[in-house]
Amino acid sequence: MTRFQKKLWIGLLIMALLTPFGIFLPEKFNAGDAWGEWGTDKIQELLGYVPEGLKKLADFWKAPVPDYNFGGENAAFSTQVISYIVSGVLGIAAAVILIYLITKFLVKHEK
Amino acid sequence: MHIPDGYLSPQTFVPLYGASFVFWAVALKKLKKELSAKYIPYLAMAAAFSFLIMMFNVPIPGGTTGHAVGAGIIAILLGPWAAVLAVSVVLIIQAIVFGDGGITAIGANCFNMAVVMPFVSYWVFKLVKGNAKGGARFYAAAFLAGWIGLSVASVAAGFEFGIQPMIASGPDGKPLYAPYPLSIAVPVMAIEHMLVFGIVEGMVTALILKYFVKHESELVYATKEA
Repeated sequence: MTRFQKKLWIGLLIMALLTPFGIFLPEKFNAGDAWGEWGTDKIQELLGYVPEGLKKLADFWKAPVPDYNFGGENAAFSTQVISYIVSGVLGIAAAVILIYLITKFLVKHEK
Repeated sequence: MHIPDGYLSPQTFVPLYGASFVFWAVALKKLKKELSAKYIPYLAMAAAFSFLIMMFNVPIPGGTTGHAVGAGIIAILLGPWAAVLAVSVVLIIQAIVFGDGGITAIGANCFNMAVVMPFVSYWVFKLVKGNAKGGARFYAAAFLAGWIGLSVASVAAGFEFGIQPMIASGPDGKPLYAPYPLSIAVPVMAIEHMLVFGIVEGMVTALILKYFVKHESELVYATKEA
């Protein structure tokens, strides 16, 4: 690894530690879900009903770590913050492993 | 901009899977031809970066949240086809592991954020910078690349949301999937991304480009060919 790459990795790890700002700031400014990314409860509230097709597909997949949160919906804020950082690190690891696996089949390692 | 499961009808998400498949196939083919081994660590870091920057939810006070994607700067630094791969990998992890974006919508989300965005950003950058190799015009081009790239991607998502009531309604006339029409979905997505999240994307794009030009300028893909 070059020195420049090492610096970039340090930058990325610092970024991972700072990710909780992505939950602090929306909390502080009372901002909710992204537009068009509401759960079915919120849609019920917005429309007074949940569209039939949406209801059927909404629970199509049960993600192992929904919303980057290991503690479930009612987790303490501190749990959410730690979950968020751990999710960031897990995400980095998964992304790096996948990119190396994919490129392993693409690139001949001698250039 | 991560469309969840249930918002898009099969008539929409199936063709968008098809479109993304085509771009994935071409991206792999192109990278097989062009990508040299020394770029692989950067490709991995690009994916890590995109994953992380999407975690920084930016609030619109009292309203919604959104985030930058990083596809523009990745396209400028490593090329648009590398960005297709890096950002798609991230979006697939987000959908499968973290439930951020639907499984049925992976094709749509990859099309918007990992295809439309990097190519728009890349073209805007090339077009606006002209022959500039630094200075105000060069970095303005980078800012615009991020800003316009994210904004166009958000319009694509808004369009996909907005056509749902037209193409999929129940016998009672109620929409079956995303409920808001084009006249709401497109302006809402466009305006919030143009006024807030796109600005963040533009600044991130320009700042990171500046860092790379300063430290490792020969790496930057978009300034290599004429």
